[in-house]
Amino acid sequence: MDHQQQADNTRWTLIFSAWLIAAVSTLGSLFFSEVMELVPCVLCWYQRIFMFPLAVILLVGLFPLDTKVVNYALPIAIIGLFFTVYHCLLFFGFIPENLQPCGKGISCADASMELFGFLPIPLLSLASFLMIIILLLKTRTRQ
Amino acid sequence: MKKNYIVIATVLVMGLLFALAAYFYNTQQLETKNKQAKQHANALIPPHAIKKGNPQAKVTIVEFLDPACGTCKQFHPIIKDLLKKYPGKINLVVRYAPFHPGSDQMVAILEAARKQEQFWNVLDMMFESQEYWAINHQAKPELFWGVLKGYGLDVARIQQDMQDPAIKKIIKQDLADGALLGATKTPTFFVNGKPLSSFGYEQLMSLVQSELAANY
Repeated sequence: MDHQQQADNTRWTLIFSAWLIAAVSTLGSLFFSEVMELVPCVLCWYQRIFMFPLAVILLVGLFPLDTKVVNYALPIAIIGLFFTVYHCLLFFGFIPENLQPCGKGISCADASMELFGFLPIPLLSLASFLMIIILLLKTRTRQ
Repeated sequence: MKKNYIVIATVLVMGLLFALAAYFYNTQQLETKNKQAKQHANALIPPHAIKKGNPQAKVTIVEFLDPACGTCKQFHPIIKDLLKKYPGKINLVVRYAPFHPGSDQMVAILEAARKQEQFWNVLDMMFESQEYWAINHQAKPELFWGVLKGYGLDVARIQQDMQDPAIKKIIKQDLADGALLGATKTPTFFVNGKPLSSFGYEQLMSLVQSELAANY
C-alpha cells in the first residue's frame, strides 16, 4: 500500500466516523420527536437544521471518497456548534431565562430534555458537533 | 469495494435498530397507557358528562374533544355514523379537553346550549363552522354568535348561561381527569375504558368492532 492510499484510508475512516456521529444524532433526535413525541424547542430546531444535512452530505462524500466534502460540511457543523453552545449555556443557567428566544411551545431550558434522567440532550448535541468538527479537521492535518 | 459495504451495512443496522427501538418503546407505552386507563377507570365517566345513545348499550365510547381541534371535527361525523350504524349498542360520552386558547369559551357555549337541550345541535354547528371562528388555532367565540343566530338559537340566554361558575368546574374536572387518563391530545378515545393502540381511524374502528363482538 503506497503512502497516498494509506492517507486516503485514514481520511475515509475520519469522514466515516464523522458521518456515523451525524447519522446517530439525526436518528436519535428523530426518535425523541417522532417516537417519544417530545416537542423540539426552537434552539433544538436550529441544531437539527445543521445536523441533518451532515448525515447526508458526509455520506455522499464517502461514495466514492471525496475529501472535499470537508469544505462543505465544516461550515455547517461550526454553525451548529454555535447554537449548541448557546443552548448549553442556557440549559445550565449561564444565560438568564428571560433572554431565551423560545416563545411558544417547550422551553429550551426545560429539564425534561434529559435522557435517562441525567444526560441533557443539549449536551449530547454539543458532544456530537464537537466530535464531528474535530474529526473533519483531522482530515486536513494528516495530509 | 469493501468500504462501500461497511457503509451500507451501517445504514441497514442503524435503520433496524431505530425500528426495533421504536417498536419496543411503543409496546411499552401502550402497556403504560392501558394500565393508566385501568387505574383511573373511575375518572372516565363522571355524573356531569354528557351522554348520547342508549344508556344500556354495552359499548361506550368516551371522547375527549376540543371544539377548536380540526381532527375532532373530522372524527365527529365518523362517531355519529357509528352510533347510527349500531343503534342501541353504542353510546357516546363527551369529555372536554379544551387545549386551544379560547376553547374553554366554546365549551362554555356548549354547556349553556345543553341547558336548552341544544348541546348536540350546537356541537354539530360548531364543528361545521369551525373554520370561521377558529383562526390560527385560536378559538374566537365572538365569531360564532352569528352562526348561532342564523340557526334561531337564543343567543342572549346562552351568553348569560355560559357565565355559570359550574361550567368552569366541569372544565377543570375534565382537564384533570384527562391528565389522569393520559388524554394529552385531542381527540382521545376510550372504548369500554380501553385506549386506542395508536391513534387513527382504523384503530378506533377495530377496537369498536372487537368490543361489539365481545359484548353482543
